[in-house]
Amino acid sequence: MSNNIAIFNDYLSKGIRFDGRRLDEIREVEVTTDVSKTAEGSAHVKIGDTEVMVGVKLGLGTPYPDTPNEGALMIGAEFSPLASPDFESGPPGIESIELSRVIDRGIRESKAIDNKKLCITKGEKVWMVLVDIVPLNDDGNLLDAAGLGTIAALKTTYFPEFDGVTVDYKKKTKNKLPLTKEPIPLTIYKIGDKLFVDPAIDEADYYDARLTVTSLEDGTICALQKGGIKPLTTEQIDEMVALALKKAPEFRKKIGGKK
Amino acid sequence: MGELIAKEKEVVVPGEVIAKGMEYLPSHGTYRKDENIIANRLGILFIDGKVIKTIPVSGRYHPRRKDTIIAKVIDISMNGWRVDTNSAYSAMLSVKDATNEFIRKGEDLTRYFDIGDYLTCQIIQVTSQKLVDVTLKAPGLRKLGKGRIIEVKTHKVPRIIGKQGSMVSMIKNETKTQIVVGQNGMVWISGSQPQDEILAIKAIRLIEEQSHISGLTDRISELLKKDNKKKETKTEVKTEDKK
Amino acid sequence: MAYTKRHDNRKMDETRPIEAKVGVIKRAHGSAYFKIGDTIAYAAVYGPRELHPKFMQNPERGILRVKYNMLPFSGQGDRVRPGPNRRSKEIALVTQHALEPVLNLEDFPNSVVDVLIEFPQTDAGSRCAGICAASMALADAGITMKDLVPSIGIGRVGKQMLVDLDYYEEAYEEESVADIPLAMIPTTEEFTLLQMDGDVTKEQLKEALILGKKACHNIKKVMTTAIKQKFQEGVKKK
Repeated sequence: MSNNIAIFNDYLSKGIRFDGRRLDEIREVEVTTDVSKTAEGSAHVKIGDTEVMVGVKLGLGTPYPDTPNEGALMIGAEFSPLASPDFESGPPGIESIELSRVIDRGIRESKAIDNKKLCITKGEKVWMVLVDIVPLNDDGNLLDAAGLGTIAALKTTYFPEFDGVTVDYKKKTKNKLPLTKEPIPLTIYKIGDKLFVDPAIDEADYYDARLTVTSLEDGTICALQKGGIKPLTTEQIDEMVALALKKAPEFRKKIGGKK
Repeated sequence: MGELIAKEKEVVVPGEVIAKGMEYLPSHGTYRKDENIIANRLGILFIDGKVIKTIPVSGRYHPRRKDTIIAKVIDISMNGWRVDTNSAYSAMLSVKDATNEFIRKGEDLTRYFDIGDYLTCQIIQVTSQKLVDVTLKAPGLRKLGKGRIIEVKTHKVPRIIGKQGSMVSMIKNETKTQIVVGQNGMVWISGSQPQDEILAIKAIRLIEEQSHISGLTDRISELLKKDNKKKETKTEVKTEDKK
Repeated sequence: MAYTKRHDNRKMDETRPIEAKVGVIKRAHGSAYFKIGDTIAYAAVYGPRELHPKFMQNPERGILRVKYNMLPFSGQGDRVRPGPNRRSKEIALVTQHALEPVLNLEDFPNSVVDVLIEFPQTDAGSRCAGICAASMALADAGITMKDLVPSIGIGRVGKQMLVDLDYYEEAYEEESVADIPLAMIPTTEEFTLLQMDGDVTKEQLKEALILGKKACHNIKKVMTTAIKQKFQEGVKKK
């Protein structure tokens, strides 16, 4: 493998990637919504050959004692062995846990969902927003694909009919989930002094550090996650954040946001 | 009288009745059930007189004696190296099959091949329990140096190599790269420039996708020439800039 | 009221519309998509590959390992808790037994063929859709198998025997309902899956098997055409 990392560095130094892309070039992105009728909202995201499906269920729950008039968000990810020969059956591994927590943080911290509007009876009954992320084919950069898919799915989530006692999941109302912002994560990878985005699976292991920058339409940063074993300097962080903000609109325009 | 139901050179699917009649004989990828010859593997149908067989169009590599493959070192033991063959079975390269050099017992074998290295080697034995042995002691077999490794569909390997190696030679010449194609679908490509390697990989991927469409050689040569031309124009522009 | 006309205007022996495709998951060695009505199954096949742990290996043949999983948002009601449960484990087992009789894994001792089946949405008949998707994915993976294994649910609503109940029919409250999922090897007309919820007479069961046979032969045609499509696309284009 040490053999291949040398080649990768050689490629990057000449400004090119294993598949001929530029360092800051994202593969073709395709977003389809309403891919699951049983979900209240859903999306299928393709970035190159990476495919991720996201489904949103709305369920009834009891509010947390400290926020009696607010609903709650829960995001889970399960890396099914369907999507890659490297995934194993069993409880969620650390990678899928990190992925779902980073996406969760972006939505939570930007207050993208108006949780007060999810309250049905104060202190007793609220709507729970339950998001599940499932990779269908892992060709690298699952996190960015999942983050985009989550927003696309939430954007197309409608409440089911509710008569005050039971939920009729067969009938969807015209009431949209109160999504007020669209936080989208984008991950910048760094190896040596080179930065690159959207690694395909054969590039995915070759980085010293990565930084996931979740941002809003106006450029506000609402979540960060540094990964990898090497530290980052202030200048490097600046540079990575700048690149992430520059590239984010490419994802955003795929879900109908402004360029 | 027998009757042929499926058409030659078309794809047949497991469970599909290919022919009716006792005069037909089932061979690779087919079986007899009463009067019928039925496919038991997805493949393209070939009929040789009364013998019916199919050639696979999918599936993983299965180790065979005398195949030359590209394998990756995954473990090192006292007596040799365990290599991944891109199949259900890993193989063993024992010290005596690796080199003519005298290697003292207990010597550090990573000096020769380390984990992660790719070797082009030959399968010398496959037991009924699928224990596989490989050797490096034949012309051309060696540890592969710096280069790209890609995986292609194994049933496309003959098309990538071409008749008497014509296809792979064309790609090598046009892209100025060195290429080794393993029977197990692993391919090693090494050039002096990333663009050359990328172009060679592009050509190989095109063969993989379109080998069943006639006029393949022309399309590959077109792809290679077109790209070379593009490169030339680019260099011209650059020289103008300098002026 | 007696159920004499189906709510979606299907004939009594008609399945819901079927869409089938192979090669939908790039990294898998074989894969398939099978949609019947509003039930969607994805199946991926990985293998034959090395089997760990070693004590599970069979020196005489490769083994088949099946995972059946409903995605958390695929149920008709509340979110389904992710991860295996008693139901999914049992269905995985009967799916394995439905497929095993057609497979020839003798050339692959000590190895495993993994079949992973996932559902993004369901509307009854998921185990049958899963078996259809899985057998297409196995064929796509180039596994030696003597036939495909089409599968369908046959049901009874009141006195009426029906092919391919959907969720509305399965949950019909005005009359009693029975559901008989089955799978068949078309070449030999042998059944490899047979289960039932509800109750039927001996005669009704016989009728169910006859209806099942006919439906399975038809589904096999759909599956066969779909598999050929992937591999003949290029030939036709030129």
